[in-house]
Amino acid sequence: MEQAKEKLRAFLGRHIGGRVIGDDEQIFAAGFVNSMFAMQIVLFLEKNFKIAIANEDLEIKNFQTINAMAELIERKTAPSPNNSH
Amino acid sequence: MELNLQQQRLRTEFRQFVDAHVVPGANAWDRQEIMPPEIVRQLANHGYLGAMVPVSKGGAGFDSVEFGLLNEELGRGCSSLRSLLTVHSMVALTISRWGTEAQKMQWLEKLGQGQAIGAFALTEAEAGSDAREIGTEAIESGDDFVLTGHKKWITFGQMADLFLVFARSRQGHCAFLLEQNAPGLVISPLHGMLGTRASMMAELRLEQCCVSKQNLVGAPGFGLSHIASSALDCGRYSVAWGCVGIGQACLESCLEYAGQRKQSGALLREHQLIQRMITQMVAGVKAARLLCFHGGQLREAGDPASIIETSIAKYFACRTAAEIARDAVQIHGANGCSSEYPVERFYRDAKIMEIIEGSNEIQEITIAQSACQTVAESVAATR
Repeated sequence: MEQAKEKLRAFLGRHIGGRVIGDDEQIFAAGFVNSMFAMQIVLFLEKNFKIAIANEDLEIKNFQTINAMAELIERKTAPSPNNSH
Repeated sequence: MELNLQQQRLRTEFRQFVDAHVVPGANAWDRQEIMPPEIVRQLANHGYLGAMVPVSKGGAGFDSVEFGLLNEELGRGCSSLRSLLTVHSMVALTISRWGTEAQKMQWLEKLGQGQAIGAFALTEAEAGSDAREIGTEAIESGDDFVLTGHKKWITFGQMADLFLVFARSRQGHCAFLLEQNAPGLVISPLHGMLGTRASMMAELRLEQCCVSKQNLVGAPGFGLSHIASSALDCGRYSVAWGCVGIGQACLESCLEYAGQRKQSGALLREHQLIQRMITQMVAGVKAARLLCFHGGQLREAGDPASIIETSIAKYFACRTAAEIARDAVQIHGANGCSSEYPVERFYRDAKIMEIIEGSNEIQEITIAQSACQTVAESVAATR
């Protein structure tokens, strides 16, 4: 979990002017995310954590903070027949 | 650019298809502003409309580079037909990527086999480069949404069976799958465009058009940020390769013409100022193709950088195609201004490419912002 957060902090920081993003900071509400960056986040999550983001994952609560994305990764990588890898 | 054996084989196949079935009719389709259903059937019969649909769902399941090569070859023959592949693939990809299981079951096989044609309905008269300004409204009503608004310049809107329509709702922007025969959807043809005249463009009037919530793609609020964004990324990639095709077509036309026509006692190709234009065409086409290929490789790897690299490829390829087409008309002289030669069509079509799927200016904003970010990153890393 901490490793995932570390990667997310680094990725987001790179794309948000080198700024340090807090784990609970609302990145959408703060206006950091345009539509192109939103898709880059999806690709980043998929490539780096070997998960597939699908229709049912499209909820703002899954992407709004580093903690939320780390939880999504955890859920998607947990051994379960419902996970789509 | 090193293609694997499969990609080489497909490129040859695509080229033969375009030479046999597309090049002979393209000028007439443009003049008549119509895409004959027969050529669309042929595209479907060859599996090309299923390029973005996985094999498991009845499509061709091309990889990103293979899809790019198909766009290049179709773009070489006819940008209007290539634009069918673009919008159809945007819809197929969207359903494949973001659709519910029921939506995938209902549409992917049909789209993959060309039994249904898809079109992308985002643009409005007052909302082009800034899609957030769309005025089409979706109002929730029981198990449905009621759509009201006006979409304009919808490529292949006259032919589509299925539209991916974008609207604003109280919960944010939404994307819907809307069938062509939906009550309240009125489709009217648009004519007299500068280029891609055979792209069966239409305007859509949504007059209290009722659509089931089951036709919602993705969640409300994600319509632009994820659904439109991923579709447009595919569209930019397709247009970029299509522009390589326009450039290649111009180059081939010019080489043929300059090898036959004499002025001042010498073939055009022996004049140094013509040689300069041909050189710029050769270099421009090769550079654009390499940028597209690079974008394709990143896309295949699922790399987040593929998005900005696709923008760069689209920007460069469109500008290059427009410059090359302008020079191609110049080399052909008065003949280049006549519809008896294809270069005037290439010239008109190339101009359209600088406007659609993100205008040159939008790409400039995006690419510059990304470059500034990269520089800031490098500076931070060296401190």
